[in-house]
Amino acid sequence: MKQIALFLLPAGLLLAVAAPVMLPSGAMRSLFVMAGLAVEVLGLVLLVRSDHVRKGSER
Amino acid sequence: MMSPITTSEFSVCLLLSLLAPLAIAGMALMNAGLARSRSAAQSMMGALCLPAAAAIGYIACGFAWDELPGLPAHTFSVAGYVWDWLGAGPFFLHGLTYDVGRAPLAVLLQIFTVGIAAMIPWGAAAERWRLASATLTAALLGGLIYPLFGHWSWGGGWLASLGTNFGLGRGFIDAAGAGAIHVVGGIMALVVLLMVGPRRGKFQGDSIAAAIPGHNVVYVLFGSLLALLGWMGINGAAALLFLRVGLTALPLVIINTVLTASAALFAALLITRSRFGKPDASLGANGWFAGLVAGSAVAALAQPGLALLVGAVAGLMVPFLVEWFELSLKIDDPAGAISVHAGAGIWGLLAAGLFGSIPASAGMGAESGQFLAQCIGIAALLGGVLPVAYILLSLLDRLMPLRVDRDGDRMGMDLHELGAGAYPEFVVHSDEFIQR
Repeated sequence: MKQIALFLLPAGLLLAVAAPVMLPSGAMRSLFVMAGLAVEVLGLVLLVRSDHVRKGSER
Repeated sequence: MMSPITTSEFSVCLLLSLLAPLAIAGMALMNAGLARSRSAAQSMMGALCLPAAAAIGYIACGFAWDELPGLPAHTFSVAGYVWDWLGAGPFFLHGLTYDVGRAPLAVLLQIFTVGIAAMIPWGAAAERWRLASATLTAALLGGLIYPLFGHWSWGGGWLASLGTNFGLGRGFIDAAGAGAIHVVGGIMALVVLLMVGPRRGKFQGDSIAAAIPGHNVVYVLFGSLLALLGWMGINGAAALLFLRVGLTALPLVIINTVLTASAALFAALLITRSRFGKPDASLGANGWFAGLVAGSAVAALAQPGLALLVGAVAGLMVPFLVEWFELSLKIDDPAGAISVHAGAGIWGLLAAGLFGSIPASAGMGAESGQFLAQCIGIAALLGGVLPVAYILLSLLDRLMPLRVDRDGDRMGMDLHELGAGAYPEFVVHSDEFIQR
C-alpha cells in the first residue's frame, strides 16, 4: 500500500503539471489540475493508512 | 540578470533579516512548553542543534541548489519549454560577491529560514525523536529538501515560470515562505511522525487518545509573542528580496502580519470557547502561529481587510485540523505543527491566488490564472517534496533510527539523551501518572 501511495503522489503532480502544457486554457486546465491534487490527496491518505496498518501488524 | 537593489533597501533588508532568529526562539519556547517537563532540556538543545545543522547544510550545498533568478541552473526541455529544476551554483558560497546585491541578503535570510523549517518537525516529534538523527535530518533539509522547492519558487525555477511559459498569472508566488518554509516543514513533520509513531501511552488500542498536556503554557504564549517579531522581519525582508515591493510597501506588510495573527488568535479562541466552554491557551497559540504562517503568503499581497479574513480562516481551521489529525488519523503531534504550518501554509498560498494583488515587479505574465499557478505549486509540494523527504528519511531511519528506544520513552528525553533534567529540583512529574 505504501508503494502505491508513493506512486500516486508524483503521479498527481505529473497530472497537474501536464494540464498547462497539454491544454490551451479554460475549464479543462483547471479540472486537470484539481484532478492531480485529488490523486495526491488519495496518495497521502493511503500513506497514512499504510503506516497504521504496519503499526497494527507490529502490535 | 538579477535586478539591482538600492543601498537603503539593502540596509533595511539586512536589519529585518536579523529579526528572523526570534522566530526560531519563539518556536523553541513553544515546542518546549508543549512537551512534558522531562523532555524540556532536550527540546531546547534541539532548538540550537537543528537550526545550526540546517544552516551548515544550506551553506554547504543548499544555496548552490537554491540560487536566485538569473544565476546558473540545471534545466531540461520538454514540449518545447525549458524546465528549470535545480540551481547549479558552486558549493560553500564559493564565488559569492559580498556587495550591495540580492545574493548575500538571500543567503543571510535563508540561513535563518531553513532553521525555522527544521524546527517544525522537531516540535511535532517531541519526546521521542533522537537528537542525533534529528540533527542529521535538519542538515538534509537545509542541504537538499528546502533548496529544491526554494529554487522552484524563489530561485526562478519552473514554478516561478508558470506565468511566462503558460500564462498562469505571474507564476507561483510564495511571498515570504508559506510554501518554501512552512509547508515544506509541515511535510517533513508528517514524514517524521509516520516514522517515529506516537508517544508511548498516547493511543491505547482503539480507545480515545490520552491527553498529555504540555508543561509550561507561559513558554508557549511568550514564544508566540517572540515569533511575531521574527515573522515581521522575515515577511518584510522576503517582500523586498523576492517580490521587490520597495520600501514604501513595508508598513503594509508588517501591519498585515500583525492582523493575520490577531484575527487567527481570536478565531481560535472563539472556536475553543464555544466547543469546550473556556478558551484554550495552547490552541489559541496554535491559532496565532497559523495566522502568522498564512500571513507569510499574503502579507505583501493583500489589503488589511483581506489579511484579517485570511487570518481568521486560518485560526478557525487549526483547532479542527489538530483534532482531526489526533483523533481520526491517530497522528500524535504535540505542537500541532502539521496543522499550523502545512495546513495554514496551504491555505495562505491558495488565498494569495484568490485575493492577492500581485505586484508587477514579481514577474511577467497575465493577471488571470494565478489561482491555478498556486494549485500547481501546492501539487509540487505534495507530489514532489513529500516523496523525496519520505525516501530520504526512510534511508536515514535505516542507518540511524529516528525513534528513541524504550528506555527513552520511560525516562524522558532529558535523562536519556542529556543525562540531566531541565528542572532537577522537581521531584514529582504529573505525567508520571499517565498509564503506560
